[in-house]
Amino acid sequence: MEWLETFWATYSTLVLSIGTNVLLALSIYLTLACGLLTVANAAFMGIGAYTAALLSLHSGLPFHLSLLMGALLPAAVALLLGPPTLRLSGVYLAMATLAFGEIVRIFLLNAEGLTGGALGLNGIPQHSQWFDVALAVSAALYVLLRFASSQIGRTLAAICQDETATELMGLNVRAYKLFAFVLGAALAGLAGGLNAHFTFFISPNEYGFDRGVEILAMGVLGGTGSPWGAVIGGVLITLLPELLRGLGNYRPLINGVILIVIILYSPKGIWDLTRFLPRRTAVN
Amino acid sequence: MLRLSSITKNFGGLQVLQDLSLVIPGRGIFGLIGPNGAGKTTVFNLITGLTAPTSGNIEFRGQSLTGLPPHRVTRCGVARTFQNIRIFKEMTLAENVLVAMGRQDRYSALHVLWPSARLRAAQQWERAHATELLAKVGLADQASILAGKLSYGEQRRLEIARALATGPKLLLLDEPAAGMNGAEKQQLMQEIVKLEESGLSILIIEHDMRFVMGLCWHIAVLNFGRLIARGTPDEIRANPAVVEAYLGEERAEDGAPVQSLL
Repeated sequence: MEWLETFWATYSTLVLSIGTNVLLALSIYLTLACGLLTVANAAFMGIGAYTAALLSLHSGLPFHLSLLMGALLPAAVALLLGPPTLRLSGVYLAMATLAFGEIVRIFLLNAEGLTGGALGLNGIPQHSQWFDVALAVSAALYVLLRFASSQIGRTLAAICQDETATELMGLNVRAYKLFAFVLGAALAGLAGGLNAHFTFFISPNEYGFDRGVEILAMGVLGGTGSPWGAVIGGVLITLLPELLRGLGNYRPLINGVILIVIILYSPKGIWDLTRFLPRRTAVN
Repeated sequence: MLRLSSITKNFGGLQVLQDLSLVIPGRGIFGLIGPNGAGKTTVFNLITGLTAPTSGNIEFRGQSLTGLPPHRVTRCGVARTFQNIRIFKEMTLAENVLVAMGRQDRYSALHVLWPSARLRAAQQWERAHATELLAKVGLADQASILAGKLSYGEQRRLEIARALATGPKLLLLDEPAAGMNGAEKQQLMQEIVKLEESGLSILIIEHDMRFVMGLCWHIAVLNFGRLIARGTPDEIRANPAVVEAYLGEERAEDGAPVQSLL
């Protein structure tokens, strides 16, 4: 088992990052699935990361309770932020959530007494074990897959296609959107908490615009037709740069080209390609 | 059952509806006709809560609908179809109907999490009911194809099945026969009659006079946002105000003046 130890010593951060990135991809999948272009997930991740890390550092709270708080606080923030912003759609919603993300980042940067400001938080105990991440990912995936194959998933897809028609089917579109937004925020917060507990160090800039775009890329690239799309997106966006390591300076360039090619040939994400697979016979 | 009392609707300076009062009983097939731009679809939008009246009141089974959001209106038992078809094109026919059955779920979000016997039974019931509804509009055999692949007439019938899935007492059909050929129209008329017989009240907006006159028990005529006539098809045909409203304005698709059809 020596090779396993060597492998883990080298790649543990990468493997754990795959897990937290899949969580992030699942978080954006929820809102993308009902056609909402929100980019606040990086900020929710940040809130979760700081909440969990601060609790670990300064309170005697058990690790898993800190994680839970790291998921609940962003969910609570989303619950307040959702009703005014989810009235918007398209680019306007993206702008509003982008602004929210900047507010969070600037808050983290300036609340030095609490967050350590630009210096970030150092010495976060490395509590996140592989099984914590694995459990979080499997649980989230399981719940979202169950949702996707149920009335909830159908309703989100319907909202994505025609909001007005969905509303006139007697379905409370705003409530469904808020549900997707809040659950997405909780997942992003959970990812943030887990991430903070294996990277040892966090700072406000990790949760800025770049991260927001990265999360969005995972969701769009994987495809929003199924939670599996988010898994594919999360894994691919994390692994691709590593797989291309041999290309040296050309790495970001080739990385970008590959992403562009994928989106050009499968605009609805990689998951969409599964429609070319033979389909099982339909219901009944 | 449905009562519109002195409804007025302004869009900016434009008076779309003026002092409109209308009563739709609990059973029957009713027509709402009038030249283009008379305000017919606006009436549907007001009833279903998509827009709010400038003044006046809408009552359904003793409850005021004015100011209710659309999903609440639907839950009261009002369902509609759209002039410009709004089915979920990227879903199968069965899924289209299942979405609309959401309010009749026999399980909650938490029940979804575990595949229990109860959940399976409920989902089985849902699928059976969806097939039943599709059968009502003659689409049951296509339940698992994508709705976008249907012909125009089939899409309109799917919209009716989807509206029925919400469990309505009153069904509002906005130009259900538009784009259909003669045979399809005949079939649709029979289906609508059957729906009424199953205990529904149906209000139809339609430009095809033969369709309206052959189907409706009572007809109301709108022109420039005012109700200019109401009565049985025979009374409407003989009403000089109606003939005047249509003459020179509206021609049937085959080019014959509408008067001959009235």
